[in-house]
Amino acid sequence: MGVEEIPKETLLEMYRTMHKIRTYEETLAKWYYEGKSPRFDISAGPIPGELHLSSGQESAAVGMCIHLKPEDAVIGTHRAHHFAIAKGVDLKKMTAEIFGKATGLSGGKGGHMHLFDVSKNFSCSGIVGASFPQAVGVGIAAKLKGEDYVAVAVGGDGAANQGTFHEALNLAAVWKLPVIFLIEDNGWAISVPKEKSTAVAKNSERAKAYGIPGVSVDGADVIAVYEVAKEAVERARRGEGPSLIEVRTYRLRGHFEGDPQLYRPKEDLELAKEKDPLRNFEKLLLEKGIATEEELSRIREENEKEVQEAIDFALKSPYPEPEEALKGVFAGGD
Amino acid sequence: MARKLPMYKAISEAIAQEMERDENVFVMGEDIGAYGGIFGATSGLLEKFGLDRVRDTPISESAFIGAALGAASKGMRPIVELMFVDFFGVAMDQIYNHIAKAHYMSGGQVKMPIVITTAIGGGYSDAAQHSQCLYGLFAHVPGLKIVIPSNSYDAKGLMISSIRDDNPVMYFFHKGLMGLGWMPSPEEAAVEVPEEPYTVPIGEAKVVREGDDVTIATVSRMVYEALWAAEELEKAGINAEVLDLRTLVPLDRKTLINSVKKTGRLLVVDEDYMSYGMSGEVITSVVEKVGNELKALPRRIAYPDVPVPYSRVLEKFVLPDKEKIIAAVKEMVQ
Ligand SMILES: Cc1ncc(C[n+]2csc(CCOP(=O)(O)OP(=O)(O)O)c2C)c(N)n1
Repeated sequence: MGVEEIPKETLLEMYRTMHKIRTYEETLAKWYYEGKSPRFDISAGPIPGELHLSSGQESAAVGMCIHLKPEDAVIGTHRAHHFAIAKGVDLKKMTAEIFGKATGLSGGKGGHMHLFDVSKNFSCSGIVGASFPQAVGVGIAAKLKGEDYVAVAVGGDGAANQGTFHEALNLAAVWKLPVIFLIEDNGWAISVPKEKSTAVAKNSERAKAYGIPGVSVDGADVIAVYEVAKEAVERARRGEGPSLIEVRTYRLRGHFEGDPQLYRPKEDLELAKEKDPLRNFEKLLLEKGIATEEELSRIREENEKEVQEAIDFALKSPYPEPEEALKGVFAGGD
Repeated sequence: MARKLPMYKAISEAIAQEMERDENVFVMGEDIGAYGGIFGATSGLLEKFGLDRVRDTPISESAFIGAALGAASKGMRPIVELMFVDFFGVAMDQIYNHIAKAHYMSGGQVKMPIVITTAIGGGYSDAAQHSQCLYGLFAHVPGLKIVIPSNSYDAKGLMISSIRDDNPVMYFFHKGLMGLGWMPSPEEAAVEVPEEPYTVPIGEAKVVREGDDVTIATVSRMVYEALWAAEELEKAGINAEVLDLRTLVPLDRKTLINSVKKTGRLLVVDEDYMSYGMSGEVITSVVEKVGNELKALPRRIAYPDVPVPYSRVLEKFVLPDKEKIIAAVKEMVQ
């Protein structure tokens, strides 16, 4: 299967989402540094706290989520904006959450690492490796309820060294659950390179240990990700059990904003730019005559407008009432 | 010779000096090598001691924290860092069932000279999974010593004591005390630190301000909130004594009770959760011995029993601070 067999509409939708993610992340970065100069102070500015951006890793999210329905669950990581956007999470509410506003997804209680949108079956968290077992549970629910939804657990290459990854793979395999384990291999866990922390060259090889399919795919090519993800989702929906996918990507920015990246060789950053999935996809669409420059630039303009509207919405929204902090620990009232 | 050092440098200096003194001391953890620890507590160690003794680990916490036990059983003195206290859930069994209990269960055959270091505290919008203190949770488990320095002098002396101790020590440094530049930190936390090695005994509280009207017992960053409150209270004619407990296990009940006997009033300030924690333990320790000598009911300002909210306004509302201390003391003294 190649790009020719994918409907143009789908391809343009993928382009739109990838470009939207990139625009969003780069715009958010600008807002993050507001109020943080001349001296960088993590607690200052309209977006305080840590910020992990996904620029360069769009293909993993888009190649996967294009196959998903709203009922399918995606459980992301600390670096999850790309998956949230690809899963259709409302951009305004998500932005307001990141700005700590009352109109945010969680009224400002969660923040950038803890985005929840039940209507889109999306969640993420700040604990590395937490997604894998949780996705197994979604798979159990699908099976018990007799539904055909699937669960996608996202983790970085660093997360694949966590015990939860191995336990969850085994459990999903013995119970033949509709779960897709997606490892976004950006080569780094903060400052620790994958080859210094991981005993195998490719995390997809670890699928063998649990008797499930494992595929490694080049994240620079969103079409390749699309194809591999399609197969895994279809397999899960058919009730044939879990799959493991490794998407090889590059981090275009630091681990978090403000990361001096002193540990990172220059060549690695250069390679990241070369492997930029958005640029590659754009080139492909034009070279193959699938889309014209005008079509793409219209999409880009629409994205820029949408992102700006989301930022404006967040900026204009009120902060929550301070007393709200004490509410909502338990369901059914406190 | 003494010079002013930020806390992060005092900690790494203490570790370096102990590594020079004793070849059995080594360090493991995430991003503790080239990065020098996300909060700088291991800065410069890799350059000095090399990859064998300064080991960047995969994100496999139960493996490397459990490994500390094995190494200790063979006479090594491991120091393991786990970035944020919030992450300990994934390695809890090795800590509370094994490291904490091995000496007791083995009838004293096995010693556990392990230091587990981690960052605590909020106030910079890092939300519910990156802002907790949780030292109360570990203090609850028999067999773990709990060390929580509030300034660079204590940080160095207590680190050296911790490394030389034959028992497992959990060493908590507050992110907002480290003097990192990119994270707000009170200037008062960076004090004169002697260049040569020295110890601060584990189990001794310190009166950091003398007063007759009320004892404010606290630890870590809250020591400064208490001191700032005491300054203002003095203007209102109230003399507060501020007690830096410094270690929770063992707890220096003698100094605590002596102080409360003098002042007749006790306020505990704690950035950790309120219920079943440090504040309850400290108050009970006093009430059991000298409850009938109190001039006012003991009080506590602790983190209300809610997760740490993200939005700045919400977090500020729940975080103990100078203003809340002043208000409580005024009510107690009236
Ligand atoms: C249990 C746990 N351990 C450590 C951390 C600190 N931490 C946050 S992100 C990160 C690196 C994660 O690397 P990877 O899984 O490859 O994802 P990436 O950041 O590269 O997207 C670490 C060590 C954490 N959040 N949770």
